[in-house]
Amino acid sequence: MSLTIRTGAIIAAFTAALSISPALAAGDADHPHTPHEGWSFSGIFGHYEAETLQRGYLVYESVCAACHSMQYVAFRNMAEPGGPGFTMDQVRAIAAQHQVPAGPNEFGETVDEYGLPLTRTATPADYFPAPFANEQAARASNGGALPPDLSLMAKARANGPSYIYSLLAGYEDAPEETELQPGMSYNPFFPNHQLAMAAPLYEGAVEYPDGTEATVEQMSYDVTNFLMWAAEPKLEKRKRMGFQVMAFLFLLAGLLYWSYRKVWADIKH
Amino acid sequence: MSHESTYQPNSGAERWLDARLPVLRLMHDSFSAFPTPKNLNYWYTFGGILTFCLIVQIVTGITLAMHFASDSKLAFASVEHIMRDVNFGWLLRYIHAVGASMFFLAVFIHMFRGIYYGSYKAPRELLWMLGCVILLLMIITGFMGYVLPWGQMSFWGATVITNIFTAIPVIGTPIQEWLVGGFAVGNPTLTRFYALHYLLPFVIFGVVLLHVWALHVTGNNNPTGIEVKGPQDTVPFNPYYTVKDAFGLVLFMLVFAAFVFFAPNALGHPDNYIPANPMVTPEHIVPEWYLLPFYAILRSITFDIWFLSAKLLGVIAMVASIVVLFIMPWLDTSKVKSLRYRPMMRPFFFLFILVCIGLGWVGAETPDKVLFALGDFQYQMVHLGLTLTAAYFAYFLVILPLVGILEKPSPMPASIEESVLKGRKPAQAA
Repeated sequence: MSLTIRTGAIIAAFTAALSISPALAAGDADHPHTPHEGWSFSGIFGHYEAETLQRGYLVYESVCAACHSMQYVAFRNMAEPGGPGFTMDQVRAIAAQHQVPAGPNEFGETVDEYGLPLTRTATPADYFPAPFANEQAARASNGGALPPDLSLMAKARANGPSYIYSLLAGYEDAPEETELQPGMSYNPFFPNHQLAMAAPLYEGAVEYPDGTEATVEQMSYDVTNFLMWAAEPKLEKRKRMGFQVMAFLFLLAGLLYWSYRKVWADIKH
Repeated sequence: MSHESTYQPNSGAERWLDARLPVLRLMHDSFSAFPTPKNLNYWYTFGGILTFCLIVQIVTGITLAMHFASDSKLAFASVEHIMRDVNFGWLLRYIHAVGASMFFLAVFIHMFRGIYYGSYKAPRELLWMLGCVILLLMIITGFMGYVLPWGQMSFWGATVITNIFTAIPVIGTPIQEWLVGGFAVGNPTLTRFYALHYLLPFVIFGVVLLHVWALHVTGNNNPTGIEVKGPQDTVPFNPYYTVKDAFGLVLFMLVFAAFVFFAPNALGHPDNYIPANPMVTPEHIVPEWYLLPFYAILRSITFDIWFLSAKLLGVIAMVASIVVLFIMPWLDTSKVKSLRYRPMMRPFFFLFILVCIGLGWVGAETPDKVLFALGDFQYQMVHLGLTLTAAYFAYFLVILPLVGILEKPSPMPASIEESVLKGRKPAQAA
């Protein structure tokens, strides 16, 4: 039994274990596709592009946030390394444009004199406020459907980023044989091809401050990057550390192999 | 092959300790001077690798427990808190989650190695059975751990698996309600699973100590399956196997790290990033990859036999698939341990590995997926599952006893030393 065969066997066993997992993950969606430039965050040296994330945040904030919450992301996160790279002042300014629930006050009141919930201006420490007070309010405003929280969306679907990208840019008119349910839109990338979210992006839906042309593909690409960052904010740090760990382990393996040969040199085995 | 102690206390302090609690003597005799066959190959490094896995899981697990909230309203958010706000929390959690997969990968290789070289046979039956106990505890611990993040797969996995108990006639439903702490999986289930998930690794640790103790009484088996005949067959564990195990371990760590840092979610299910929702059932409920073969056996039986329901038969088959491992030492009729010298048995072993991988595949797929059709008959995934389940049991209950009687073993070397000097001829293991 040569070493190559042994290694081969280990790799084979491993590939077998791996090949099972995509099968688990496969959903109903029809083959989501990746943008032709690929994702900057995939691969061993994967990283986020700050400008892309900033544009993505603009799309999220102007379009998605009208219906979707993002409860695990705080404004402060956007100034942390490996993210959109806003300065702390920019983050303060962004937070100041939002109101967050503030009740009860020192008198135990939760509503103001008009019966509206008490709010205050958000600070960087606050999490992104939800567009609706609760699930019932969200459903009531969306034809009975619940817009899911987007914090983890890029990890909560098989092949998440490409799925989101394909979905957002993939709306089409329903084929003739398909009977659309009332209030539903046709999208070949959604399981069963019918979803309650109407096409959210249209040409020029946002105006990018950096002059980038706001095509549907561009906005889908940018917001997908932003959603991936929201789901996996430590990705850059992880991959950088991973490279260092692998380099160290390779070196250690080499030294140990050399020690092993040395120790066993005069033993026939 | 217990051996005489060769420990020499070299200082006053060591002599003092040795006369009162000879723990250094124990360490020296068990992990330093311990005579180990000189022909162990890399498949034998997985014992050390598994010890490493257990320690990694315990250390990362205890640290995660400091930040985790075992309440159904908080659990999911507390995992995200770990991932986003705890210093290196993402690293701890990914090591722990990937670590479970690595642990099972290593234990499967360790067991297949034991089967290939006949390490379960006399005088190592208890050693093997203690290993089977560890596997069983690992399955329970791994399953409970997967429930804790309280995602969709956590919740529905817990629902499916605890429902297994309802298959038992009369007392099944009361047992299931007692286990989950209610009529359905909920907060009481999460809190007790958390308590048990914290407890069981220490039970595993205890059984591992017994496993290592039993190993040090009989001594290692080896690729020839021939027992050690004298000092010419062995080398002291340290430095020979400490360095070889360390090298093997680092190779394993490379694979481990590749997953942790570059594909931490590849072995998990995306649905577990959706918070548990009792009102929405995922389209396909699947366990983690390492439980898929057992899941396939559970689902393979779709017909009642006499008064036994299909569901109960499935449960019996799944339990039996592990129980049969325990009696393996007595099902094998061959006098030869190592498959290196068992030409008739060897192909069956590799077929058996394929059967196990096939069962894993079946477990991951939907049961009614059609593989091929012959006229009106459709051969579905569930039929393949039944075929492979039959093959799995046939390996233990038919092949193992029968081949041992029919087979003519290849010529064997007289000793480990002789096999080493002559190379591995005549029977070259694949």
